[in-house]
Amino acid sequence: MAPGDGFSFQFRARGLAGARGARWLFEGLDLDLAPGDCLVITGSNGTGKTTLLRILAGLLAAEEGRVEWQPEPPGEMVRLHYLGHHNSVKGALTVGANLGFWRRLAGGSDAAAMARATALFGLDDLLDLPARVLSAGQKRRLALARLVAVPAPLWLLDEPTTALDTASGEAFAAAVAAHRAQGGMAVIATHRDLGFEATHRLRMGVTE
Amino acid sequence: MTASTPSSEQPAVRGSALHRFANPARFLRLSRAVQPWLLAITLPCLIAGLYFSLVKSPIDYQQKDTVRIMYVHVPAAWMAMFGYSTLAIASAIGLIWKHPLADLAGKAAAPIGAGFTVIALATGSLWGKPTWGTWWVWDARLTSVVVLLFLYLGYMALWNAFEQPQRAAKAAAVLALVGAVNLPIIKFSVDWWNTLHQPASISRIGTPAIDPAMLTPLLLMAVAYLGLFLLLLLVRMRVELAERRVMALQLARSRAGEGR
Amino acid sequence: MNGFWAILARDLHLARAESGGALLAVQFFALGVLLFPLGLGPEPGMLSRLGGGLLAVMALLATLLALDRLFQQDHEDGTLDLLRTSPAPLWTVALGKALAHWLLTGGPIILVAPLLGIVLQMSWPAIGGLLAALALGTPTLSLVGAIGASATIGARRSGVLLALLVLPLYIPVLIFMSGTVTAAETGLAFGAHVSILGALLLLSLVLAPWAAAVALRQIGE
Repeated sequence: MAPGDGFSFQFRARGLAGARGARWLFEGLDLDLAPGDCLVITGSNGTGKTTLLRILAGLLAAEEGRVEWQPEPPGEMVRLHYLGHHNSVKGALTVGANLGFWRRLAGGSDAAAMARATALFGLDDLLDLPARVLSAGQKRRLALARLVAVPAPLWLLDEPTTALDTASGEAFAAAVAAHRAQGGMAVIATHRDLGFEATHRLRMGVTE
Repeated sequence: MTASTPSSEQPAVRGSALHRFANPARFLRLSRAVQPWLLAITLPCLIAGLYFSLVKSPIDYQQKDTVRIMYVHVPAAWMAMFGYSTLAIASAIGLIWKHPLADLAGKAAAPIGAGFTVIALATGSLWGKPTWGTWWVWDARLTSVVVLLFLYLGYMALWNAFEQPQRAAKAAAVLALVGAVNLPIIKFSVDWWNTLHQPASISRIGTPAIDPAMLTPLLLMAVAYLGLFLLLLLVRMRVELAERRVMALQLARSRAGEGR
Repeated sequence: MNGFWAILARDLHLARAESGGALLAVQFFALGVLLFPLGLGPEPGMLSRLGGGLLAVMALLATLLALDRLFQQDHEDGTLDLLRTSPAPLWTVALGKALAHWLLTGGPIILVAPLLGIVLQMSWPAIGGLLAALALGTPTLSLVGAIGASATIGARRSGVLLALLVLPLYIPVLIFMSGTVTAAETGLAFGAHVSILGALLLLSLVLAPWAAAVALRQIGE
């Protein structure tokens, strides 16, 4: 699959149950995502939004249930981006070096995607600066730039717009739109209005 | 999209993520059934073993009465090894098949095994004093047992080092298996080290040639120790399960109190 | 092997950016060794006899010092999540980290060891044996240490806990490193000692990255 071809993967979860430590958070959760879908997850703190995202990312084992891709993506391909509360930014490296590391890790060398990412999030003038001098908003933009610089079919985002100003929020919305137009899928947990429409909504913490 | 959050009126089952532990009914029933049998085997063996080893068995030509310590020391060393094997096997089952009781078994077995290790070391030291004149002898077996003790201590420390018991369980399991792989290597290195540094005559604390009259008490004590180990293991596992159930109930109560 | 090279390059880059922080371990090594003549007295002959074992023990302790930070930083800033969700197999990540660790601790230790050997009045054959021992032993220490580091990510008192976990596993390497020095001096069984050190290294090269990957996968939360 060459870059720019778009993605045609479906992502499914069946009967997911999640817990945090000794607390049971949710059970019987089913998800069906098709190319272009965007699921927005809302709910107060402690209802399991982060736990669900981490389970979908494969970072946390579900108590029950399973997650599957249709079709199964090849092993060397980057399947998903998980963006949590941390930015994964190394302060001692330059902005450009951070992005470079993420690209090398993914095994890709899609220079066009990289250029798009830095342009979209306004990082072009910051590339040579060590990341530690960036503000919180700039660091978040750098973290978001990774999503565009390394193409992947599924984005799992936990409060992605924290610390972002309006302009950057719009850049983020544009990034999501472009991603979905390419057949990508997104699952976003947020308190805020993201400025675009979701295809599905899930409210955590409500007993059926 | 469908999902449901469990209601807080069922604390013992779905309200707690430890539902896997909340009703380990089969294990509890089994252990309750097995316990009296274990006791019935252990107690007589212990009494008979002690009688035979401390009273009736022959004294060694050179070591005289002090050889009797062997009957306490040698089975303790065996149990130290057995305890670690139990730990390692439980860890493997926990990592591969993710059976929740496996991790628990490892956690419960560790202090018992460590206890036997300490007994082995203490009795080894007591045996060494009249025989070799010093409280400690750097022979291959005692040194390996000391290292084994530290492997136990490390494993137990890992369990206490994390907020979440599941995380602790997995970390401890990995280390237990790495330790198990390392144990033969450690034993081999310590033996090697010993032959390099010790004159050949003091290569191990003299285990006298096993005479059939000595075999009986040794085996009796070994069986008694094994029974004791298993008994303590079952008791500790039950206590641990009860503690977790209490925690789960407390958590459910606090959630009910929050109102949702 | 993208993951391996990416992680290796990045860790070395980061170490250089820290300007000197990475060389703390070898400074500890040298300082620790110097404590012994001060503590035991500079009696001729005694130091040279103890030299091999002493330097081996200090190498162990110095290697340990740098270990608990191996994964800690990545865990704290979310990079570990990134590594776990990337297509790069975790064992390559662990191997890359272990190699970076060795280049920053074991490597400098090997370079500084002959100087310290002279200070301890060791003979030239002994120093030669020491170099062989450290060259084969310190990579094993980094590899086995990586297992301990990955299992203790996020633990309380992780520094001391790591030492408690990893030192028993280091004992075989210690015994054979020290044995190599003695064998180099006496001329007996040098080959045997070196072969065993080599075998331990190979074993850890194969098993340690995999075990560390298993531990990394268990992090959850």
